[in-house]
Amino acid sequence: MPKYLVLARDEGNWMDLDLSPADIEAIINKYRAWAEKVASQGKLLSGEKLRDGEGRVLKGAGKAMKVTDGPHSESKEVIGGFWILEAASYDEALKLAADNPQLEHGSLELREIEEMPHE
Amino acid sequence: MTVQNLVDHLFRQSAAQMVAALTRALGPDRLDLVEEVVQDALVRALETWPYRGVPQNPRGWLFQVARNRALDLLRRESSLGEKLAALPVAEIDQHSMAGGDPFADDELAMVFMCCHPALPREAQIALTLKTVCAFSVNEIAAAFLAEPPTIAQRIVRAKRTIVDRGIPLELPHQSALRDRLEPVLEVLYLLFSEGYNAHEGEGLVREELCNEAIRMGRLLAHHPETATPAVHALLALMLLQASRLSARRDEGGSLLLLPEQNRALWNRSMINAGMRALERASAGDSITSYHVQAAIAACHANASSDDDTDWEHILSLYDQLIELTPTSVIALNRAVAVARVHGPEAGIRELERLRSDPALRRYYLLPAVLGGLWYEAGRPDEAMSWYARALELPCNAAERRFLETRLAQCANGREPVAPVRS
Repeated sequence: MPKYLVLARDEGNWMDLDLSPADIEAIINKYRAWAEKVASQGKLLSGEKLRDGEGRVLKGAGKAMKVTDGPHSESKEVIGGFWILEAASYDEALKLAADNPQLEHGSLELREIEEMPHE
Repeated sequence: MTVQNLVDHLFRQSAAQMVAALTRALGPDRLDLVEEVVQDALVRALETWPYRGVPQNPRGWLFQVARNRALDLLRRESSLGEKLAALPVAEIDQHSMAGGDPFADDELAMVFMCCHPALPREAQIALTLKTVCAFSVNEIAAAFLAEPPTIAQRIVRAKRTIVDRGIPLELPHQSALRDRLEPVLEVLYLLFSEGYNAHEGEGLVREELCNEAIRMGRLLAHHPETATPAVHALLALMLLQASRLSARRDEGGSLLLLPEQNRALWNRSMINAGMRALERASAGDSITSYHVQAAIAACHANASSDDDTDWEHILSLYDQLIELTPTSVIALNRAVAVARVHGPEAGIRELERLRSDPALRRYYLLPAVLGGLWYEAGRPDEAMSWYARALELPCNAAERRFLETRLAQCANGREPVAPVRS
């Protein structure tokens, strides 16, 4: 079955909000509910959080290769993490992602992972 | 990815425990740092758990992250670092919690520190909510209808007082316990009442106030050093009153008084727990006002209907209560019991005497009760003017709707409505 990458982009930073423990628990519970729902259909393969602010960008080959701080802050959206789903079609993956709570405060990008032909 | 169930209020509970345990290790003068690292740990969970799922041992995870963060910040103070390193964070999990709360001592010490008599009452309340109940400044402000900067200021000043006066984080010595418990119980009941008599909005925060007051009451009642009869009595009072919480509003959010409440909605297990606490409260020879108030609440809890209520007993309890705590609000409640035993006119006579009481001048319930009693006495015209007066005084939306409904019923000259009582 095809696999899909769901990239989560965050706007702003949780740290800047004065969230109480109860607020934090409520937000985590929303994600839990989503993950539980997708996992119960056997369609959630994994999820990972990307470390904040530690990424660098490599550009150019050989001697021209340069490492710069990044990802660039041109966009205020930063990739926070991702999930990998399994779904029968792009449409189904879209439906699975459609009620991810990330959409309440950021955005999602959904990409199909190219499958290698079996030898 | 496995997703396990989070215990209810895991975050609020863990936050309170972490603040207490870390402050115990580092000292009250590091309360700010402790709060910072605890908040860091919670936000860290918020950043990672949505992707990775909830860890096997969420509580231990949070403790570990908070402690590591504290170690980071204290790198240059090795003596404090050692104290932190001694905290057995890895062993903190659901399992270790099941065999009794290992943080009860720390949390109770924190309650006593926050309610230290050197702090003004408002500061005691704000600090308790912040550090013991893990409320945010915004939540505290919402609960007490205050501006967030005012609350933040109050907390800063309270912390400074604690450091300046060297107030320790420890359970008071047995000889001082009685005196030190008094403000603690007063703060607890204030928090509870604030939640119970919900002002406008923020329903969830309100309920949490009641829950937290009961949680702290239980901490006190379960600890051998603090489990005094007064503590059991207060816990009984809070449980018995809280058992009626979900029956106190109708579907439109309007306040429902005792006679109109659907008693099937009363929380039986809370009532049972309250009755057991009341039993334990009677072990000593001292009677506090909490004892008597709990006994009144128990009378209501045990009555199958309003008519079935033993009002004569309730009136005798109010007579006792007013001796112990001669406050205007208790006198007002007593007048309602008088009316139920001796008729509305007798209640009205009691209330007439209270009308000059400055403490009740801006209290909507006095004219509201008068309105109810005049209506019962067959004088809807008189009742209407009292309800109208009540509406001119400060009251929340639910109370306002209640008064407006009563006013309309008077105008329609319908069948007499159930008597008003608080």
